[in-house]
Amino acid sequence: MDPDDRGDEQVDEPADHGAENQPTGPRFGALTRRGALLGIGAVAGVAAVDVGGFAYAGGWLRPGALTPSRFADGFEQVYGRHDGFRRNHAKGLSATGSFASNGAGAAICRAAVFRQGNVAVIGRFSLAGGLPDQADKPGTVRGLGLLLQADGQQWRTAMVNIPVFLDSTPQAFYERTLVSKPLPDTGKPDPQKMAAFLDRHPETVAAMKIVKQSPPSAGFADSTFYGLNAFYFTNSAGTTVPVRWSVVPQDAGAVAAPPESFGKDYLFDDLIRTVAQRPLNWRLMLTIGEPGDPTNDATKPWPRSRRSIDAGTLSITAVQTEEAGNARDINFDPLVLPEGITASDDPLPAARSAVYSRSFTLRAQEPKSPSEVNVRQVLS
Amino acid sequence: MTDQGSDTKTATTRFALPSRILHWLMAPMVIAQLFIGVTMVASLAYYPLLLAIHRPLGVLILVFAVVRLANRLTHKLPPFLATMSPAERRIASWSEYLLYALILIQPLTGWAMLSAARFPITLFGPLQLPGIAPHNIDAYAVLRQCHSAFAFLLFATFTAHVCAVLVHTLVLRDRLIDRMAVWPTKPPP
Repeated sequence: MDPDDRGDEQVDEPADHGAENQPTGPRFGALTRRGALLGIGAVAGVAAVDVGGFAYAGGWLRPGALTPSRFADGFEQVYGRHDGFRRNHAKGLSATGSFASNGAGAAICRAAVFRQGNVAVIGRFSLAGGLPDQADKPGTVRGLGLLLQADGQQWRTAMVNIPVFLDSTPQAFYERTLVSKPLPDTGKPDPQKMAAFLDRHPETVAAMKIVKQSPPSAGFADSTFYGLNAFYFTNSAGTTVPVRWSVVPQDAGAVAAPPESFGKDYLFDDLIRTVAQRPLNWRLMLTIGEPGDPTNDATKPWPRSRRSIDAGTLSITAVQTEEAGNARDINFDPLVLPEGITASDDPLPAARSAVYSRSFTLRAQEPKSPSEVNVRQVLS
Repeated sequence: MTDQGSDTKTATTRFALPSRILHWLMAPMVIAQLFIGVTMVASLAYYPLLLAIHRPLGVLILVFAVVRLANRLTHKLPPFLATMSPAERRIASWSEYLLYALILIQPLTGWAMLSAARFPITLFGPLQLPGIAPHNIDAYAVLRQCHSAFAFLLFATFTAHVCAVLVHTLVLRDRLIDRMAVWPTKPPP
């Protein structure tokens, strides 16, 4: 494929035809000034639509549009920039274990993960917020990300320990994140801005009330983690139902021993010490929605009477300091779903997927620093 | 090199029929893919939907690009028009190679990038492609940056290509576009 493979340059090409290959000046139609100007105008028009359309699509001509990049930048505005860490849920600990499916989930979902058997799990415990070295506090939202792999199909989920989400739309979550920025003098959000936000978002006020009714447990090990968003599950017969899932600790109800100290990393330190002694188990509960239950609003709970399927046991058997190759390098994108689970009309998972991807790309390209939570230091 | 099976003048001044068909099949795919890609990464609501189109469309483009490369290597090109200077001919040839290189390497970069990030390469339903790169976040970082850089380069080259053809066709009126036409054209003067 070089410039010499033009057909006319073959040796058997008629000589008069080869002459056409020489620039001999225009010999096509009569060029008029008017025609040329019209032509130039048309070319400029096509170029403008092409480049302008591309720039518009990419968000460069829409400074007000909330793009994944601007969403990720919002976290940086509130928490500062911390190279190599997630923009949210920055402080965390990698974990591994397994999910023992009892086969009951197969009644509503054809995904291989719900067939009876064991699948490997990679997890990550985390605290909400963009500070990778924040002090552990009981009220900070706790997260559990999971990656389950069965039959070559992945299921990723990122759950938190509150029963409903505080925002029903990505836009509201973004605004609330910005107004939650602590003021330098008080260390608390601007009360006027927060009040104005809550005035405009009664769904957030209602969700906060629900969250207050279930105070956080002592630690990670006895926390219930909720998937929050509704997804559609389809079984092998083709029947589809809306589902919200959660993992419920098997130690729930047991009186948690008060932590030895409320050190800076006490939640993670307790988790590390507990897992060193015994595996931690949760039951994976699939709660089935009924007609009329909201699938598009994670701030609204479903009635308590909804049927739940106990699909099996999640066991966390080991935890690891975040480092190259473990959960640190996994994007717990809530839309990586196995065949048999699909997104619902909830607007949050799409936005989470888009923003997690941006956050993952940013931190992948940044230099990495050691994690605040260090297993060896805790166990030594 | 295949015989184009025709001794009419039109046949020798046009690209071979398979080349023309491949060109017009791929052009909308590549343009759509560029716009889907740039829209996708700037969208919260449509990101998953566009990504679900972007992956299989990228694979389709890769398949067509391989077929097209094979076609390119086995067919002769028509002569340049007299309205093109030697410098313009060189630019046209090199931009053609650049476009071929990009439509081959860009889908591979996307595929490798998802592999490095440990993502499943889902096409339709349960249909997946295997990974083609080790699970490595640093590899992902580089591949992701390449994917963007190649996309901008491909968009710029595509834009230059379209503008150049239009300048010839609409300003110089040399009927350059007839060489790639899959529609009836007047015989050249």
